Amino acid sequence: MNASLHRHSNILDFALSSLLRRKSKNISLLVVYTLIVFVIASLIFFVQALKREAAQLLSEAPDVTVQRMVAGRHDLIPAGYGEQISGIRGVASVTPRLWGYYYDKFFGGNYTLLVPEKKLVEPGNIMIGQGVARSRKIKDGDQMVLVTSRNAFLPLTVRGIYPSSSELVSSDLIVLSAEDFQAMFNLPAGQATDLAVAVANPREQVTVAAKIAELFPDTRPILKSEILRTYDSLFEWRGGMMVVILATAVLSFIIFAWDKATGLSAEERKEIGILKSIGWETSDVLLLKFWEGIVISLSAFLVGFVLAYGHVFFYSAALFEPALKGWSVIYPQFRLVPVIDAYQLSILFFLTVLPYTTATIIPAWLAATVPPDAAMRS
Amino acid sequence: MRKSTRFILFTTVLILLIVLIAVHARHSQAVSINDRRERDELVRTLRLTDLCLFTEARYTRNPAMADRFAPFQDHPLAMEHFPSGSLVRPPSGNAAK
Amino acid sequence: MIELTNVTKTFNADKHNRFTAVDDISLTINPGLLTILKGPSGSGKTTLLALIGCMARPSSGRIRLHGIRTSFFSDADGGSFLDITSLPERFLTEIRRTTFGFIFQQFNLVKGISALENIMLPAYPTGEGQAVFRQRALELMELFSVSRHAASPVDWLSGGELQRVAIARALINNPDIIIADEPTAHLDSKLSSEFMEMVGTLKAQGKTILIASHDPLVYDSELADAVVGMRDGRITGIRGAP
Repeated sequence: MNASLHRHSNILDFALSSLLRRKSKNISLLVVYTLIVFVIASLIFFVQALKREAAQLLSEAPDVTVQRMVAGRHDLIPAGYGEQISGIRGVASVTPRLWGYYYDKFFGGNYTLLVPEKKLVEPGNIMIGQGVARSRKIKDGDQMVLVTSRNAFLPLTVRGIYPSSSELVSSDLIVLSAEDFQAMFNLPAGQATDLAVAVANPREQVTVAAKIAELFPDTRPILKSEILRTYDSLFEWRGGMMVVILATAVLSFIIFAWDKATGLSAEERKEIGILKSIGWETSDVLLLKFWEGIVISLSAFLVGFVLAYGHVFFYSAALFEPALKGWSVIYPQFRLVPVIDAYQLSILFFLTVLPYTTATIIPAWLAATVPPDAAMRS
Repeated sequence: MRKSTRFILFTTVLILLIVLIAVHARHSQAVSINDRRERDELVRTLRLTDLCLFTEARYTRNPAMADRFAPFQDHPLAMEHFPSGSLVRPPSGNAAK
Repeated sequence: MIELTNVTKTFNADKHNRFTAVDDISLTINPGLLTILKGPSGSGKTTLLALIGCMARPSSGRIRLHGIRTSFFSDADGGSFLDITSLPERFLTEIRRTTFGFIFQQFNLVKGISALENIMLPAYPTGEGQAVFRQRALELMELFSVSRHAASPVDWLSGGELQRVAIARALINNPDIIIADEPTAHLDSKLSSEFMEMVGTLKAQGKTILIASHDPLVYDSELADAVVGMRDGRITGIRGAP
């Protein structure tokens, strides 16, 4: 036991010594490799955390949301539809939703204006999300001016800002009174943006949706399960965001392994010959190569992992911002709850350590099996 | 100090950090329950259906509400012109139909 | 003691360029003595050294080692012997590691690492604690007066210093038998006689030494107990103790 430990630590010593001999090459290798692990691990942390948030938050979304489609486009829905829908068996309640988009010419950025079912603010007052506050640099008590559809100015006073912990759903919200909403958008009477339908029994959601579609063929009922599925597909590995980054990373892993696997330099071969001649067995040489591979790949994994966690959960995945933000002006600050997906992270571990270490050992195999007296002959 | 000892130490420290991370994650999850309740309340009260991730266009802001044609609003053959549109897929099939 | 009986080594036996390096050699190497293999290049000296030093296996014939001690064989009383002709690779390597120390013509030191590490290298895979063999290595460096170069990369050392580091390396595992292949080939007369002095020191310590050389400074030395002449893989004559 002791002898085995000594053997490992001695050979590890020499492995480190060998790596340090080509210092700059190996350090740059380590840095790049760590970067790749960092990016992928960040992605895993980010996506898993978002996925969990989405699933939890949106489990509170309306059971069925009914939209009206005109010529293939989302159009306003008459509140009268709602009265008929509430007559369907299984429907607990129907609430018309009033919401819309507002583009801020002066500061740039899109806001979502929304009227809550129960009155939360008086006319002239609003509640805003953190993203809006940041974009316009306003705080509680300040006034902001919106431009109505009739090109009139509408001054509104901020009565509250939604907490940063809710940014993921509220960042761009402006919650206002029905009167102000009407002043802004001048909707025809008796119309709503869409209808939120509550179904008592979750298993009846599909049936109710089918009945609504039958009753009003110009509507499109959206189930809560479909909402969840939309976000699931957004965050899953086959989705656009993931494929691009993943493909880049896998390519990089391959390039690394390739560089190693395409064989040893003459110098490395000679060195192995010397080791064999002074009494190292083939297994000792392979152990040496094993440690060389492990030192680089394990370090890259551990450092990349730790940095990724800090990046995503302490710096709100700041490095992904350019990719995700696009042209958005309002962009939420992610205060995500840490989620550690052991399965995906262990896959990452094996992907990081196994191919690289194998690619370090295998080319050395041939050189390691050279007969020890070859060094005497050269 | 021997090189191998230094490496073992380095690795051990990192592994300890990871253990700490696991503890931190567990702790944060427990602590976030209150925040979660507030957020759930918000979603319920305001009847929200989407996360506020991409505020570029309406079909990226409300992907769950978007119809198939929103990205091509100008013309059926128009190209996608919002960066996050390439990240957001159109909603999957309608269960009612 | 090393006993060779009708040892032959043929390379590429089943090809058109088959070559017999060692042809039917019977020889006894006595312990504690300096034996020289003398002959021109191509006479089979190097191959013979490789066979004796457990680096290669003979094509035919037998090689027996007397009085050696390894983890799997002990011959304290000197009565029995170990036939290494058909030993598995693993045991052969163990014997080589513990019983033999090699000094190569080109020194074969690993570039880019320190002299001390080079000397310690053969001990790395043996399972011995580093503190132990490091101490031994430092003592050896002291013995051969190269202590001040312990931390220097071998690339910085002169020919003579390299030679001494190579000898120290051969001794790190306390072998009983030292094998040197043309050790003075790249050395001037002064360094060559210094080398022979060190050989004398080793002989005084009771080591068995086997040198292959065509350098008169070596084979005409007073220290030589037996000189075995070789040509074309055969022994042409033995001067001194058989």
